[in-house]
Amino acid sequence: MSSTPLSMIRFRLIFSLCWIIFMVDHALVLHMFGLPWKEAITDSVVSNILLLLPCLLIMNTVQYYMPQTDRYFNIFACCLALALVTTGLIKFSLKLTLDYYESFEPLLNRSLPIRFSIVFLLLGCITMISVLWYNVEEQKENELRKSGSEKLAREAELFKLRQQLHPHFLFNSLNSINALIGSRPAEARKMVQQLSDFLRGTLKKEDAQRVSLEEELQHLQLYLDIEKLRFGNRLVTNICKDDTAGSLFLPALLLQPIVENAIKFGLYDTIGETVISIKTYQEKNELVVEVSNPFDPSTSPALHGTGFGLSSVQRRLYLLFARNDLLSTSAIENMFTTQLKIPQAVLG
Amino acid sequence: MMKIIIIDDEPLARGIVKEYLQMHPHIDVLQECGDGFEGLKAIQQWQPDLVFLDIQMPKINGFEMLELIDQPPCIVFTTAFDEYAIKAFEAHAVDYLLKPFSQERFDKAIRKCNDQLQKGGSDYNTQALLNAAAQIPQQSQRVVVKSGNKIKIIPTHEIWYIEAADDFVKIFTAEGYFLKNKTMGHLEQVLDPHHFVRCHRSYIVNIQQITRIDPYEKDHHIAILRSGSQVPLSKNGYGKMKGVLGL
Repeated sequence: MSSTPLSMIRFRLIFSLCWIIFMVDHALVLHMFGLPWKEAITDSVVSNILLLLPCLLIMNTVQYYMPQTDRYFNIFACCLALALVTTGLIKFSLKLTLDYYESFEPLLNRSLPIRFSIVFLLLGCITMISVLWYNVEEQKENELRKSGSEKLAREAELFKLRQQLHPHFLFNSLNSINALIGSRPAEARKMVQQLSDFLRGTLKKEDAQRVSLEEELQHLQLYLDIEKLRFGNRLVTNICKDDTAGSLFLPALLLQPIVENAIKFGLYDTIGETVISIKTYQEKNELVVEVSNPFDPSTSPALHGTGFGLSSVQRRLYLLFARNDLLSTSAIENMFTTQLKIPQAVLG
Repeated sequence: MMKIIIIDDEPLARGIVKEYLQMHPHIDVLQECGDGFEGLKAIQQWQPDLVFLDIQMPKINGFEMLELIDQPPCIVFTTAFDEYAIKAFEAHAVDYLLKPFSQERFDKAIRKCNDQLQKGGSDYNTQALLNAAAQIPQQSQRVVVKSGNKIKIIPTHEIWYIEAADDFVKIFTAEGYFLKNKTMGHLEQVLDPHHFVRCHRSYIVNIQQITRIDPYEKDHHIAILRSGSQVPLSKNGYGKMKGVLGL
């Protein structure tokens, strides 16, 4: 629940200060109208304390009863009624306290309309301020809730994108292991180990976590080793790493889907040996990774788009960096290249 | 004796099929193939009783290969994971094996095929299967045809228009036309409806190729393509065309 404006120390100070000024002013005016100092001050204190009560009442009530936008007439009526009651009370109390001063009663009667209008105006102002205050509070709370749920949705989406390990890869690897168990048990055992290490690597990584290129390439190597077992001699990889690039950072598990995409297009689009090249270097303040694979321009209309594997990488980059220009593809002759840029400053 | 061919691009995946086959001495493996082209040639050459066929393969996938065979043999599909393909198998295939599969499951598939072969060959609904498989998104971006002994893969955006010709369709492209042993209905279903419109009983046109549409006789229109070719539009087809073009 939102707090009342009175719970804020700054507001309390300002409010008290205003009230004191108001009281002094009240006493001063009465004195100027011919009332001696003592009576003027008593009048001011009594009437302003009586006025303070409905003000506090309003501020607390609005907290629980927020008027609808079309109910402003009700507020007006309430203020009017409250002002009337308050003025009545003030008149009654002043009569009791200042009864001894004989010329006070005519002054009181004459000043009553002015007192009423001031009370009404003040109560109106206080009501307005309270309504505005709570409106703003409510809006703030809504915004907080909204941004909270947006953050949750973003995290969930990132998690999903990261976990998108293709089931195709997993089941095919299991099938290869199944085949190796009969003929080459030692290799089967090795592949189980590689697959486990790879899976563990994908599970333990937090999304916002950045890893060094070195680490990411090690993880990628596990994946490549498995793929090489699956496709035998058809898959050849060529990783070229700039000395300085190894210590640069990138979001975890970003390279694997890009390389998977390259392998898929490379292997499924050509017959015979397929060379997948991975080149990494630093350019200004960015880490650049280029993955290229051969393809057959005459049979691959699928390459006109970015493909599903790449669109999920694109989405992840957008969620992490709010940029859509970090992933690009190009096809030159029969080489298809995916270029990834990771700005270092944002991650750092 | 049952003659079979194994088509899979992963050597280990072919290995496991051969290993399981040791339990079935009456089965003879004629050939192993690593891609769809090889597979197609082998099937035409050997006329096997049964083919173990993987879906995801280099160049042309299992379904595309199957489309090019006039009288497909009994097929057992093997795949790791492909929700579209599995939907198609469930409805129309003799049997399919999800990798990795066990010896027991494999034996069951062999028994099923044996029954099928004894009932009279591969008389199950290949056409329905291929129609269902056509829903696979990646596949609808290209059309595979046979041209003489060669296999031609035509990206759909290169198709000008398609004309019905008896039991075949003629697919017109910049390189001339290619015949495909399919119905207009099948192609209409396979091709992206945002780009291809069945504008006439005997014509499907690629709307990206159209430069203008002229009236022609009463109720009829004619579409002029970039290449200068003319494709007739029936009254009904003209209506459909207007819908797709947002007129």
